[in-house]
Amino acid sequence: MRLHEYQAKEVFAEAGLPTPDAELAESTDEVLAAADSIGYPVAVKAQVHVGGRGKAGGIELVESDDEARAAADSILGMDLKGYTVERVLVEAAVDFVDELYVGVTMDRGEGKPVAMVSSEGGVNIEEVAEENPEAIAREHVDPAFGMHPYQARRAVYDAGVEDDVASDVAGVLSTLYDLWADSDAEDTEVNPVMVTSDREVVCADAVMNIDDDALFRHPDLAEMEEAAAEDDLEAKANEYGFDYVRLEGNVGIIGNGAGLVMTTLDLVDYYGGAPANFLDIGGGAKAERVANALDMVFSDENVDSVVFNIFGGITRGDEVAQGINDAIAQFDELPKPIVVRLAGTNAEEGMEILNTDALDVEETLEGAVQRAVEHAGGEGQ
Amino acid sequence: MSVLVDDDTRVVVQGITGGEGEFHAGQMIEYGTNVVAGAVPGRGGEEVHGVPVYDTVSRAAEAENADASVVLVPPAFAADALFEALDSPVDLVVAITEGIPAQDMAKVYKRLSETDTHLIGPNCPGVITPGEAKLGILPGNIFSSGNVGLISRSGTLTYQVVDNLTDRGLGQTTAIGIGGDPIIGTDFVDALSLFEDDPATDAIVMCGEIGGSDEEEAAEYIDANMDTPVAGFIAGRTAPPGKRMGHAGAIVSGSGAGTAESKIEALSEAGVPVGDTPEEVADNVEELL
Repeated sequence: MRLHEYQAKEVFAEAGLPTPDAELAESTDEVLAAADSIGYPVAVKAQVHVGGRGKAGGIELVESDDEARAAADSILGMDLKGYTVERVLVEAAVDFVDELYVGVTMDRGEGKPVAMVSSEGGVNIEEVAEENPEAIAREHVDPAFGMHPYQARRAVYDAGVEDDVASDVAGVLSTLYDLWADSDAEDTEVNPVMVTSDREVVCADAVMNIDDDALFRHPDLAEMEEAAAEDDLEAKANEYGFDYVRLEGNVGIIGNGAGLVMTTLDLVDYYGGAPANFLDIGGGAKAERVANALDMVFSDENVDSVVFNIFGGITRGDEVAQGINDAIAQFDELPKPIVVRLAGTNAEEGMEILNTDALDVEETLEGAVQRAVEHAGGEGQ
Repeated sequence: MSVLVDDDTRVVVQGITGGEGEFHAGQMIEYGTNVVAGAVPGRGGEEVHGVPVYDTVSRAAEAENADASVVLVPPAFAADALFEALDSPVDLVVAITEGIPAQDMAKVYKRLSETDTHLIGPNCPGVITPGEAKLGILPGNIFSSGNVGLISRSGTLTYQVVDNLTDRGLGQTTAIGIGGDPIIGTDFVDALSLFEDDPATDAIVMCGEIGGSDEEEAAEYIDANMDTPVAGFIAGRTAPPGKRMGHAGAIVSGSGAGTAESKIEALSEAGVPVGDTPEEVADNVEELL
């Protein structure tokens, strides 16, 4: 779960990190009032879950009421990479001479947390990581002990941060690590940490992603979750609790287990079709969940055929078959052809109850995918 | 022959009184697995499927001479269950639980590094030596005994590939579902080395997927250390890039690593034929044998 910048900044400020004065605004009038109380210059920043907001026109620096009004009018309501901007953060602009990057995340390869500092902040840090990895100092942390203060200092000095602000930046890194550990974050980041002309250190941005699997022990953070302005289908997938990704093609895909569903997508492509979506019903799905999955895929008007690929382990074939029957019982005639492939636990029982009059049943994965591609007007093979 | 488990393996099921624990303990017993005990705090003295339940893993292991544990405990309690298993005298821990918080797993991983125990998973289907023992939730009926070792990050993909192999008469020595979580115990390299040392395994299938760099590391290992031939499969060629990739995560792994292309290329360079379909994987195994 990703926190909005304004939410992450609240968490950071409570933890004692230096953040600029800021107010959230939802209208042009609120932007003007906020700018007035903070004092110009201010930054007007779109609050949506996309990276690269600045480049996309979602952040503007303004110095007067006129400029603030123009920025508010252009940013509020704008479409930023598919998300409508409904709120902006109005924040005191920082007069900076240096920009740094500071972040904490899990290094999955090492199975350990890693703290990172770079004196090349304020830019696309992923590009820095790619082109000049030595510009990022990394410090792996033993999760049982947490980050020792010397590790924070070492990372800061290794990154070439100037001596007079090193101790403050090390403090930022230590606090970010503690926040990361205490809140079960996937990452906590500030890019940039700004160094002002009076040599003060300010967190000008705030990123915080919480591990969804750990939200059960952070009810206060879970409460901050806000439905993003995603498209209707993704909103529906959230409601049903599916792992769902909408794609460009016309073959709807439902399966159990991410690896098998991805393989089904790959095969649709391999046999000359184009997948319309990724939909994983997960392990142990019951009849109702299966019916919901079919409802999801039928809600996508681009879908011309559906392939249902179930290989039961913990999921039982008879449950899945019942779900498919329930879902199609509401139609006199199916809106789109459905190809079913059912294997594994209780598959035989499933095949016995499956309503085969209305469905295309195939024994193999390859066969099922080819049929679905043909139904959708693809090449087949 | 086999790796990790056989019909001598004596198994404790942690969480045997829960819904999943009870069901799958029953399935394991039905398959012929030597399930000797359950371990559930506060439930010592009970019986499930005729198997005695103990309050702690140590007591279960001691009383029943168990040497392996299967963890079917809900995610909130799973890390504790894993620490307990690692702190008792079992040599193998198979963690089925899905959704264990990543920071919990980082701590477990640290503890694991201080022991000689093999941890399989978490979020995995388990380990099976066909005809001898299964530790986990894999559907036993699709497996058959033979000379192909199998390692997979994805549960259902394991079943699919096994089905293609078995259909062709290509039985398996042992199949290991290593799990798809960011932090796992036994990884591809560990599992490959186990099969390399197993005289009964004449070929290995390795099923990977997008994300992380485990397959790339496995390719390097195969190139440098393996005589047993390996066939590969990578799921996710058509997955949209960057859908779940966190910002900082991308910095750690570099934006080029983790794609299907990168994995397929690395494996191909190590002499591993990578099939376009599970059917083709079975073709490739036939050729390697």
